[in-house]
Amino acid sequence: MKALCYNGIGDLRTERVPDPAILNPKDAIIRVKLSSVCGSDLHLLNGYVPSMREGDIIGHEFMGEVVEVGSEVKKLRKGDRVVVGSIIGCGECHYCKSQEWSLCDNSNPHAWMPEKVYGDATAGIFGYSHAFGGYAGSHAEFIRVPFADHGAFVIPENITDESAVFVSDAVPTGFMAADMANIRPGSVVAVWGCGGVGQMAIQSAFLLGASRVIAIDREPERLRTAREISGAEVLDFSQVNIQEALREMTGGRGPDSCIDAVGMEAVSEGLDYYYDKAKQFVRLETDRPIVLREAIVACRKGGTVSIVGVYGGLIDAVPMGAAMNKALTFRMGQQHSQKYIPQLLEHLQSGKLDPSFLLTHRMTLDQGMLGYDMFNKKQTMRVVFEPAA
Amino acid sequence: MTDKKKPVSQVLGIGQIEPEVSGSSRLNVGSTERIWSAAGGAFLLTFGLRQGSLLTALAGGYLAYRGASGHCPISERIGRNTAEAENQVPDAIEISKSLTINRPREEVYKYWRQLENLPRFMFHLKEVTQIDPRRSHWVAKLADTKLASVLGKVEWEARIIEEVENERLVWKSVEGARIDNAGEVRFVDSPDGEGTEIHAVIHYRPPVGQLGGAIMKLFNPTFKQMIKQDLRRFKQLMETGEIATIKGQTSGRLKENQPLDKPSSEYASTDEKHEGLML
Repeated sequence: MKALCYNGIGDLRTERVPDPAILNPKDAIIRVKLSSVCGSDLHLLNGYVPSMREGDIIGHEFMGEVVEVGSEVKKLRKGDRVVVGSIIGCGECHYCKSQEWSLCDNSNPHAWMPEKVYGDATAGIFGYSHAFGGYAGSHAEFIRVPFADHGAFVIPENITDESAVFVSDAVPTGFMAADMANIRPGSVVAVWGCGGVGQMAIQSAFLLGASRVIAIDREPERLRTAREISGAEVLDFSQVNIQEALREMTGGRGPDSCIDAVGMEAVSEGLDYYYDKAKQFVRLETDRPIVLREAIVACRKGGTVSIVGVYGGLIDAVPMGAAMNKALTFRMGQQHSQKYIPQLLEHLQSGKLDPSFLLTHRMTLDQGMLGYDMFNKKQTMRVVFEPAA
Repeated sequence: MTDKKKPVSQVLGIGQIEPEVSGSSRLNVGSTERIWSAAGGAFLLTFGLRQGSLLTALAGGYLAYRGASGHCPISERIGRNTAEAENQVPDAIEISKSLTINRPREEVYKYWRQLENLPRFMFHLKEVTQIDPRRSHWVAKLADTKLASVLGKVEWEARIIEEVENERLVWKSVEGARIDNAGEVRFVDSPDGEGTEIHAVIHYRPPVGQLGGAIMKLFNPTFKQMIKQDLRRFKQLMETGEIATIKGQTSGRLKENQPLDKPSSEYASTDEKHEGLML
């Protein structure tokens, strides 16, 4: 089959590889119909996530059709049209049973790798480096899905492929960001980052009762989408002082909830960007926590900072004094796909959420490198690959 | 750097049992001879591997082994002993690991006590056979065929010296084991009452001496990692009925028509090697 493989930093190639096989009784094989790029792939491609190997198939946001099931798969049937969560959960451990699926004890075969750095191992993720399990990703004609009864969800008929594909990652991640943000009726929410996850966080914040959402980015097209489609007020950080603007727009209080939908590769127009970039370059710091710092300072006293932008390692100069003395609440984590997907499919069915506008470019796998280049340069909201094309 | 911290067994108050002193934890190669043996062996090993000469490499490997371990199986067989102090007994190395399994204690204990099950998740074991209710026979799996041809079959006999059903098992290898070992596994209800905490402490007497001790310290993390991985697989097996793996999956490192590897639940020893390299 055809697959898009990592071959080094900034080097993706479309190659012919063997078809995947069932390896464990609870596996299923899915024929991938649509597979989206995701901002977190850029961390892999740009070399900020270690433990990638040449030849790894990337991609973790996808939908398709079940073509084969293992002997212990009970619910799925051949021919089912399914969306699969990016995070692999066994469904049996303490964490999965507590609906904290991204903390699964059992789905990472390389648990010893993150354990050394994080003290613990978290769930395996499709196509997301060997530290997260080393599973082959979805930018391929077929993919093996472990614990398929838990990870794959049948898509209701009236939801299109183009909408359903984002229920794999962008929608649940954005929704979880809002869910963690302690939003109450009337809350004002600030969202940093207007990519796919940020857009979904904005829409989810409204869904959970926010009265206003202020979105921050510098890409004109993304800001336009945030305003016109997701309904946010927008701030361009290349044009305005964000601290001042947020303070003034909220009657001097600051936002009740601040959502970081950017993570470790944040940029800013200030000196702090060069400080972090330099330290990152010489590996004194692995991540650039520009958004996180800004969110902590901007957040109102007693407010909540909710983090879904990915961080991988160590960060510097976190204004902990501000966080402590302002009594902020921090919530964060990789999305718990399996917890959110059923209710999100309902929201899509009822029209309360519609992520299909995230698909701005449709490409074949052969155009993989081009697609990621455009995405890296923020020339597209999301490129979605069609492996069969 | 020596680790002066208390061993975990003392903190937990379990697994204080010491392994026998026999087999390769007895020294029979003197210091001077060991240094020459190790240095010459290392040279031959490197030279042999570079030249592609398996025989030279094997001979080198053997010399390096007896230099590092201070124990020479051939000398033992012919009754030769150049160790200055006959009674040098190396300290036992302790490995401990605890984890929580989300299944009832009786079920977890029952699976473990059926010792024949152990190789299903302890990938360094080839087989375990129960001889009688107390005694069992263990055979290690050596993935590296070169190493296997030097060392031969690595096997030993173990004896359960204490058993409290659903609570604890204490064992000791019987005199003459290749690697003298002893240990204890405890099964305790987790605080929320929903699962089982399993606490394992294993002591083994490595083939040591001054030189060997230093080398074994290098290897210790690998053994420790192996035991941890074993227990993790046990948890996976008990909770999900399968062992998470990517061995046998497709990747860009393979040609399209190349057959995929067998899943690692059967052939995982090579997985360990791969893991070792990735460190």
